[in-house]
Amino acid sequence: MEISPDTWVFSDWHGLRLNATIVFTWVVMALLVLLSWIITARLSEGETVSRWQVMLEVVVTTIRDQIAEVGVADPARYLPFIGTLFLFIATANLLTIVPGYQPPTGSLSTTAALAICVLIAVPLFSITRRGLRGYLKSYLQPSPFMLPFNIIGELSRTIALAVRLYGNVMSGTVIVGILISVAPFFFPILMQVLGLLTGLIQAYIFAILAMVYIASASRAKRKTDPASDAEQTQTSREGD
Amino acid sequence: MDPATIIATISIITAGLTIAIGSIGPALAEGRAAAQALQALAQQPDASNTITRTLFVSLAMIESTAIYCFVVSMILLFANPFVDLAIATATRAAGG
Repeated sequence: MEISPDTWVFSDWHGLRLNATIVFTWVVMALLVLLSWIITARLSEGETVSRWQVMLEVVVTTIRDQIAEVGVADPARYLPFIGTLFLFIATANLLTIVPGYQPPTGSLSTTAALAICVLIAVPLFSITRRGLRGYLKSYLQPSPFMLPFNIIGELSRTIALAVRLYGNVMSGTVIVGILISVAPFFFPILMQVLGLLTGLIQAYIFAILAMVYIASASRAKRKTDPASDAEQTQTSREGD
Repeated sequence: MDPATIIATISIITAGLTIAIGSIGPALAEGRAAAQALQALAQQPDASNTITRTLFVSLAMIESTAIYCFVVSMILLFANPFVDLAIATATRAAGG
């Protein structure tokens, strides 16, 4: 049984292997780029607004509201990164209703790449916000003895991020594969429907967790006002 | 029994134990989380948006522990590196 789309090879050209993960990643990317390019080419501010534009506006404003709910001051700053993560994972997971499609998020390579993006984005956002000194200081935050644990925490949450998404999507594929051989036709469809729900929730979780990590790294300094302090403990509890 | 069969047997038993023991904790935790969320929803229906959002996030968090166990058992069953190693050693021993 295949437990990852990596083993499904389309073409092997002088050792350059083109497997299903890469192909379907490009399909998802092309779909997202083409759709938004076609829609945004005909944006209007007048009285007649096309329904595609309305859909895109709803998506963007919802993502921005969700980012704002995490408790950052300027959601527009984080919108491109978080929105891309969410839209890519959600599209990759939802396209499983198309026959013959294998979600690229069911491969550990894709999810590890996404998690490494988050690992790099956290210090980048934090350094532009608080400076290099402030960022490095956050590793010594409660006391200098916590330095190794902070570094381990940084790495382990990246691994957890990658394995969580991979495990959820892969388990959906594997369970459908097992059920097809045990009880064909009906139960696999139910599990597929459940897989759509799980896929969307996992996309949401991935984006929200990335946002929580970025927010907690770029905001640990301001301890002066009690409201943001309470908010911060809440988000950091969510992050653990 | 040759080494490959012993390794395969132990892997299958371990995979079953992994998923069986590993799903007990998350099951209890998810039940607790859902019960607490229902209680909170009954007491404060106005905060249902926040409660539901937090509930989904924490359920997926809790569930990821079980998912890690599932990944480990899948690796043991379908991508076990030690079975290949034992088979390779056996063929090398048989060949010369």
